[in-house]
Amino acid sequence: MKLTSLLATAALGLGLATAAVAADKTKVGFVYVGPVGDGGWTYEHDQGRKAVVAEFGDKVETVYVENVAEGPDSERVMTQMALDGADLIFTTSFGYMDPTINVAKKFPNVKFEHATGYKRADNVSTYSARFYEGRAVQGTIAGHMTKSNVVGYIGSFPIPEVIRGINSAFVHARKVNPDVQFKIVWAFTWFDPAKEADAAKVLIEQGADVILQHTDSTAPQAAAQAAGNVITFGQASDMSEYAPHPRVSSIIDDWAPYYIARTKAVMDGTWESKDTWDGIGAGMVGIGEISDAVPAEVKAEALAIKDALADGSYHAFTGPIKKQDGSDWLGEGETADDGTLAGMNFYVEGIEGDIPQ
Amino acid sequence: MDLSAINPVLLIASLMVAATPILLAAIGELVVEKAGVLNLGVEGMMIVGAISGFAITVESGSPWLGFLASAIGGALLSLLFVVLTQVALANQVASGLALTLFGLGLSSLMGQSYVGIKPPQMGKLDIPVLTDLPVIGPILFGHDPILYLGIALTAAVWALLKYTRVGLVLRAVGENHDAAHALGYKVVRIRIMAIMFGGACAGLGGAYISLIRVPQWTEGMTAGVGWIALALVVFASWKPWRALLGAYLFGGVTVVQLNLQAAGVAIPVEYLAMSPYLITIFVLVLLSRDKSGAPASLGRIFHATH
Repeated sequence: MKLTSLLATAALGLGLATAAVAADKTKVGFVYVGPVGDGGWTYEHDQGRKAVVAEFGDKVETVYVENVAEGPDSERVMTQMALDGADLIFTTSFGYMDPTINVAKKFPNVKFEHATGYKRADNVSTYSARFYEGRAVQGTIAGHMTKSNVVGYIGSFPIPEVIRGINSAFVHARKVNPDVQFKIVWAFTWFDPAKEADAAKVLIEQGADVILQHTDSTAPQAAAQAAGNVITFGQASDMSEYAPHPRVSSIIDDWAPYYIARTKAVMDGTWESKDTWDGIGAGMVGIGEISDAVPAEVKAEALAIKDALADGSYHAFTGPIKKQDGSDWLGEGETADDGTLAGMNFYVEGIEGDIPQ
Repeated sequence: MDLSAINPVLLIASLMVAATPILLAAIGELVVEKAGVLNLGVEGMMIVGAISGFAITVESGSPWLGFLASAIGGALLSLLFVVLTQVALANQVASGLALTLFGLGLSSLMGQSYVGIKPPQMGKLDIPVLTDLPVIGPILFGHDPILYLGIALTAAVWALLKYTRVGLVLRAVGENHDAAHALGYKVVRIRIMAIMFGGACAGLGGAYISLIRVPQWTEGMTAGVGWIALALVVFASWKPWRALLGAYLFGGVTVVQLNLQAAGVAIPVEYLAMSPYLITIFVLVLLSRDKSGAPASLGRIFHATH
């Protein structure tokens, strides 16, 4: 209690001081889970940060901290950022959820933006992208492209975001190829190139000729390239250095417009807590160029799905879809609501294995 | 569950690859500790070796030059530890930790322009008849040369420590540096050479990750392998073959647990993920029940006037 009030007073004092010194400069902090050079998730967030700098120039000051472990350590980093006078802090990984809420309580005047989480407060917004829409496109390509009918999937953590992606990819792969099987390996890390490479190699040894990844490094791409006849998809970033083969397409996160809009809102004083969840239509999820390794008709089909997802005429989870245990989830033509998607903790029918609890 | 999807031959072949970085680093550290020096900077030397090797391989196009550079890079960084602990007589634990932190930072700096680049590949051993043999071909004769270097180095270190005068002197320095000094051996000089050997081995291990196992450069890519190597040396009771066993066990369980996951075995993933650590510690603790302890002078500072 004592510490909290002390911190709050310090923050208030600091806030006043910085307001007096640099009233016209907005300070924006970013907390990253990996290095900015990961070529994937964190890289794209940093591109968003750079876009903020390019947009506002001298009116904004950005700071970032890389490789912040999820959990208590992140709380320390955020507290330090807030004490240093940040007006807006983006915390860019799921595991920062509770730390963000905790720190936000201590600094009511600092705005927080937490990526991919679901806990909000008066000064905490959440934002995420509908990556599962991109997974629908990947699943379609994967279903067509696999010859062994085994698709390998490297999961990071068993959280709704990742499970949604697996389900979406599986539903669409099955739609075009009823024989397809998914083999899923949980890496329990967002970023560990050696572990990701091992996981990819194991999946390839067990017959997978398509690798989907929900981890952030390009190591699985390199493993697939070494194996030769395996295709992959870029994750979070385009990973185009592995195109046209093994990387045949990608999901690209584009955070720049959102980061610019939210920084602007803080400058204007119009910032308020809200939940943003945008997909292909709004441009937050991009589909990287589908390479020539994919036959033209498959490419056309994938692009058609992408367009339908973008204009809203098709939802990635459209019934009939059953849950893994065979119970009904979505009826004919029914689409999933955001609440269920946000908390998704079950596999759809046909996926083997259990979600780690 | 479909265990038949696991191919035991490929499994053994890939566990050897997974174990090699740990083995190289552990063998180097073993020699350092046998000389009575505790260098906790293995992780830092590995990552600097990883980027040195990667950068030189990309620039020169030759993985061999890259591996040479990684050994030199690791050894150079260990010189910093030499200056701190052997010349300035600083605390070895603190200096080692500092070396790791410094190495991680330095490697990020060195690697700025190498992110996302693909290195030239080192060819695998390909002996016409032998490599094509079923089962033993892929396991024994289908690897890259550095993997064999790791095993050869283990054998060499074992023979050196056990049978040669050099090994005896090294052990004497590690067990009782005052006595060794009294006998006229140059304690500091011997330790410096041991530390540099350890640095070179750690560098090689790091480059094995960035050039062969992954292969690419990303910041922080050694991801704790150096610490595992350090622990392995202790659990292996400072014996080279046990370090090899431990490394293969660790690499093996790591690969097996991924295989079991992919095959859909109904063991909770969390248990599988912690299994490499548990099994390796368990086996090596069992093995180390004999009374072979740490080198007596391990971590103690030596100065001729004391």
